Amino acid sequence: MTDAAVNDVSVDTRKSGRFLYGASVVFLCAWVIVPIYFLLINTLSSPETVNSFPKPFIPEFDFGSLQFFAGFSGMLTALKNSVIVALLTMIMSIIIGAPAGYALSRFDFPGKGLFRMLILLTRAFPLPLLALPLAVMFIQTGLDDTAFGLALVHTTLAIPFAVLITFSLFSGIPIELEEAAWTLGCTRLTAFTKVVLPLILPGITASAIFAFVISWNEVFAAAVLTIENRTLTAFLLQNLDTSPLHLKFAGGFILVVPALIFIFAVRKYLFAMWGIANR
Amino acid sequence: MAEIQIKNIAKSFGAFQALNDINLTIADQEFMVLLGASGCGKSTLLRIIAGLEVASSGEVWIGGKRIDHLSPKDRGIAMVFQNYAVFPHLTVFENIGFGLRMKKLPNDEVTRRVERVAGLMHIEMLLKRYSGELSGGQRQRVAVARALAMEPDVILMDEPLSNLDALLRMEMRAELKGVLAESKTTAIYVTHDQVEAMSMADRISVMHQGDIVQAASPIEVYRDPAAKFVASFIGNPPMNFLPAKPAGPSKWQVAGQTFDGPNTDKAVLQFAIRPEDMQPAEQGLVATAKIVEPLGAHLLVTCQIGDALFRVILDSDAVVKPGQSLTLAPQPDRVRWFDPDTTLAVA
Ligand SMILES: Nc1ncnc2c1ncn2[C@@H]1O[C@H](COP(=O)(O)OP(=O)(O)OP(=O)(O)O)[C@@H](O)[C@H]1O
Ligand SMILES: [Mg+2]
Repeated sequence: MTDAAVNDVSVDTRKSGRFLYGASVVFLCAWVIVPIYFLLINTLSSPETVNSFPKPFIPEFDFGSLQFFAGFSGMLTALKNSVIVALLTMIMSIIIGAPAGYALSRFDFPGKGLFRMLILLTRAFPLPLLALPLAVMFIQTGLDDTAFGLALVHTTLAIPFAVLITFSLFSGIPIELEEAAWTLGCTRLTAFTKVVLPLILPGITASAIFAFVISWNEVFAAAVLTIENRTLTAFLLQNLDTSPLHLKFAGGFILVVPALIFIFAVRKYLFAMWGIANR
Repeated sequence: MAEIQIKNIAKSFGAFQALNDINLTIADQEFMVLLGASGCGKSTLLRIIAGLEVASSGEVWIGGKRIDHLSPKDRGIAMVFQNYAVFPHLTVFENIGFGLRMKKLPNDEVTRRVERVAGLMHIEMLLKRYSGELSGGQRQRVAVARALAMEPDVILMDEPLSNLDALLRMEMRAELKGVLAESKTTAIYVTHDQVEAMSMADRISVMHQGDIVQAASPIEVYRDPAAKFVASFIGNPPMNFLPAKPAGPSKWQVAGQTFDGPNTDKAVLQFAIRPEDMQPAEQGLVATAKIVEPLGAHLLVTCQIGDALFRVILDSDAVVKPGQSLTLAPQPDRVRWFDPDTTLAVA
């Protein structure tokens, strides 16, 4: 074989490699963006356009459906409830999850493997299975129909992620850094606050966001466990069932947008988390 | 006063015995070097003294107080870690000043001390940088500076100069030794570099598979190794060994020659001699030269005696060709004897 032939082959493979890369990027972007874009178009269209076919590619900027929701009674309360529950979930899952992650990465204790297993297993039981017994228990303890009660359930859902994410974050920080801090006059606690915390704060934020989004999107427990204090998902589920199509789209849009804005605002921390976790 | 006493320290990781019953006393202000091959337990011993590892049994005393139940910050020690452990979120200045800030020293005192040790370690121009912006050798010097800034009673250093180039290392060696002597610090210094150990140590503890085989002054370790392991570990090239058979009271026969030796009833001993302690002579061990390596200052000749390899260092003017026969006379007062069963030296 001559050098030229070798070069041709490698140029060819490099070209097709680049094409494959480009195609994958386009495909993945389309996968995420196209549905959201249609949601946007339909939300900003008049009821007639929503029911017609083919769809226009440029929104009409008809705010009728959105105005309807803005005026819909209970809507703003539901939005507020969602935010409260999501924030509570976020705080609780970090307060409980991060120490567990720390313990998993730093201490050797009997049953460590089993503990990790169990944390993952909490996701093995489908929520519908748990929702009814939970509802009964909540009614007995007076936790039913409260933001805190719902946040407890959402925290259970978010904790496995919080533990595993913080576990990998803590593991990415060499124990010697903490040990050095101990020899320099730190206790375990001050070594944590002065050395470990600054290093993992971005990652902690990211896993908090994760918890927020999990709670924000959760609908089943929210629908079963709340009546008066519905969250946005539960509220929309209840009311959209019987609504016309254009209102369904607008409702979906209202649900998606806050989460999108939130994630966009804190994307820096998400990337930071992956950067650390991948190291 | 910071005398360190290590009493019957043992450490096992599961079934693996990393340290077996270590006993060692390091005098106040002494510079003790722990020397040994990779994996022999040097770092483990250091970490037990620092309180980062819990010994399976035994006691550690510093300055007449038992300290093995105290947490690291209460032991009056500072440590330089084998992998530096420079904090990535702080500048070099704040790294070096970290311990001083923990002691709540006033700002100007912190600045004064940081600048002093940074000067000693030649890193004063790096004070504003983060550890990600430093080379390995620079990071290592930050780690040393951070420990020195604490002005501790005891400093524990785990291969603190391993990542520096030869020239800088030589300079740092002298500087570090000077600083520690001046500040009256007791030092334990881990290395696997013999030259470093020889040049810095007041005493060297040679470790082998979790035991301290010999703890003595550098020259004693070199001249009078307590065990065959020390003889074959220290010196470059190490000592030569030949089997010896009894030939009368206090007489031993080695490769056809008779030497004065220890008076024991052993059936066999090992005769040992350093490569530089032999001269070509009329009478002596007859060797066949195999490899001749001119090393500038001298000539290293690897020969064969019987079926044993034997190295000798000759003057660089000597003319030796491979295959040539040499007659080598060992300097009588430099000959050492080892018991092949216990591997210990026999006087
Ligand atoms: N946490 C641990 N768990 C199990 N074994 C360990 C642990 N730490 C050290 N060891 C083992 O103990 C032995 C001594 O280790 P140590 O780190 O003290 O070696 P060392 O003399 O410092 O070597 P080096 O010169 O390579 O740094 C090694 O065989 C090592 O594998
Ligand atoms: Mg080591």
